[in-house]
Amino acid sequence: MEYFLELILGGLTRGSIYALIALGYTMVYGIIQLINFAHGEIYMIGAFTALIFTSVLTLLGFNEIAVIVLASLAAVIYSSAYGYTVEKIAYMPLRRASRLSPLISAIGMSIFLQNYVLLAQTSDFLPFPNLIPEFEFIKPYRHIISSPEIVILITTSTAMILLTFLIKFTRTGKAMRATAQDRNMAMLVGVNVNRVISITFVIGSALAALGGVLIASHVGQINFYIGFVAGIKAFTAAVLGGIGSIPGAVLGALVLGLTESFATGYVSSDYEDVFAFGLLVLILIFKPAGILGRVTARKV
Amino acid sequence: MIKAQEIKKSFLVSLWFMFLTFPIMVIRVNPIEKFVEWRWKNMLVVGIGSFLLSFVWRYMLKKKEAGEKRAETGESGKTFLIQRILEERRFYIPLVTGLTIIAVAFPFIFSMYQTSIMTTALMYIVLGLGLNIVVGLAGLLDLGYVAFYAVGAYSYALLNYHFGLGFWSVLPIGAVLGFIFGVLLGFPVLRLQGDYLAIVTLGFGEIIRLVLENWNEFSFGPSGIANIDRPGFFGIQFSLQTASIYLYFLMIGLVIFTIIVVNRLQNSRIGRAWIALREDETACQAMGIDKTRTKLRAFALGATWAGMVGVIFAAKTTFINPASFTFLESAMILSIVVLGGMGSILGVIIGALILILLPEYLRAFSDYRMLLFGAIMVIMMVFRPQGIIANIRRTYKFNE
Repeated sequence: MEYFLELILGGLTRGSIYALIALGYTMVYGIIQLINFAHGEIYMIGAFTALIFTSVLTLLGFNEIAVIVLASLAAVIYSSAYGYTVEKIAYMPLRRASRLSPLISAIGMSIFLQNYVLLAQTSDFLPFPNLIPEFEFIKPYRHIISSPEIVILITTSTAMILLTFLIKFTRTGKAMRATAQDRNMAMLVGVNVNRVISITFVIGSALAALGGVLIASHVGQINFYIGFVAGIKAFTAAVLGGIGSIPGAVLGALVLGLTESFATGYVSSDYEDVFAFGLLVLILIFKPAGILGRVTARKV
Repeated sequence: MIKAQEIKKSFLVSLWFMFLTFPIMVIRVNPIEKFVEWRWKNMLVVGIGSFLLSFVWRYMLKKKEAGEKRAETGESGKTFLIQRILEERRFYIPLVTGLTIIAVAFPFIFSMYQTSIMTTALMYIVLGLGLNIVVGLAGLLDLGYVAFYAVGAYSYALLNYHFGLGFWSVLPIGAVLGFIFGVLLGFPVLRLQGDYLAIVTLGFGEIIRLVLENWNEFSFGPSGIANIDRPGFFGIQFSLQTASIYLYFLMIGLVIFTIIVVNRLQNSRIGRAWIALREDETACQAMGIDKTRTKLRAFALGATWAGMVGVIFAAKTTFINPASFTFLESAMILSIVVLGGMGSILGVIIGALILILLPEYLRAFSDYRMLLFGAIMVIMMVFRPQGIIANIRRTYKFNE
């Protein structure tokens, strides 16, 4: 029973991190119908930035709390900046092109960013410092849940509540929803569509960076390639929940996290990634619209 | 002349990029030894580089917009030199003769190493042409193309290891296995829309690689299979040197065969159906074309070439392991097709030669190879989505 509980909590932790990344995919897809392949790389850059800033700040003699806050902030800022720039360079000139062009451009961007980090930094796995301190009150439950897991669960839920608030109740959120529904119509009623798209990329990238920092300090090592697998898994989550739908992405991510956790816990850990890919293929074949997605008829 | 405003714009861009690349390019940390390296020189390079590149970027964007406007008003742009050469017999025949002479003489003039590189380039030409059927003609973005390549390579390696089958008997088997895998993988996924298809094929590609890596009893895991037989000629086994020349001519033959087949396919009923499907699925269905079956044909035919080249790859290197079949390989083949021009045979050939030979001869750049591939894919899509050599649509001209 305890093992079962441990697997559930582990799965939820995993799932909530996938959710942070999946939100970026689903938001971008909702607005410009593009699978942003470079999103996984944005997450990886977030993790790297956090690692670099942590090391530098620790050497400069800042105390622990300041290091955590400043490094996470730097990761969020830089990832957002990268997300913004990627959109301006690789996607904005292709707004009116056929659907294949931005997709190939996105794949190219992803390969470019991976190799950029590989060449500028290193191809080795770097140890990532454990940013999250050990809490006292968690000690008795130590065998079921660790304090990083609690921090991850709390941070992700807060981020998601804030995001929901932003999209439901602010002016920007309204503009985003309008653009997602009908871009031309939104333009006609005076929404600055380019700005809305930029904001979407910035928010998605910031969430991905948060996910990057949390998972890197939980797993304890990073390299230039982590974005690829994480990106595909988050995309799986987004598709599972119904791409374009924000609650769907969260739900899909949690389902994926739990599936992986149970599959590795009870079956075999060698095939961890195969389970995720297999799940993706199965959903797309049997229910391409996802759990919460709607089937839309295409008008000609 | 360049205005002050332009300079200011570029200056801001370069400031932005200096800020953007600051943590990754300037600082390098060594977390184990607690050591930080500052590389301020890189910042200077990024600043100056982005300052200059932003001018080029804006100039190219402007040029592209002007080109689009010209196309809209109906003015036909000038035809390219290469297209003109292809159309006129006067140039065409000496060109082909010249190329044939070079191709035949190549292994005798240059060293074995050069021949081997050329053989690799020829292999990528065939892979590119195979993927071109799927991506260029039918418009299906296949990111797991390397899976079929792996199927071919492993079928030769395993059949050779267990049953001692020779190269020539496995070559058709590899092609057929590639075809079967294409149908098997294609059948469930081809009902999907374009971008989903890309992800699912990517997932399938990774699944096949992961299975090869983990299923030790079947594929010998990450250590791979060594000592695969080189191809023979009616029972004659060659020395290393002759074998590489032999493979070279084999590849030349295969390239010519592929070009003929793809060219015939392109202009056939099925090829026109692919192009129609790429342009507009709904209209195509309304014309009575079976969507799924046509797509499946493209997918499976593309996979057939990959299976065949896989067999040759295994025979050439005599050693294979799953590391040769990563996503990057798929991306490389895709960038060949994208750079050359989707749907254009000549374009794919030139694309493969550029992308495979250039990094080999410019050794200094070989580290930057993948970086370059990524950049090429983005730049080509932004400025010239039709590739170096655009596919010429067959048109019927009415001559009075």
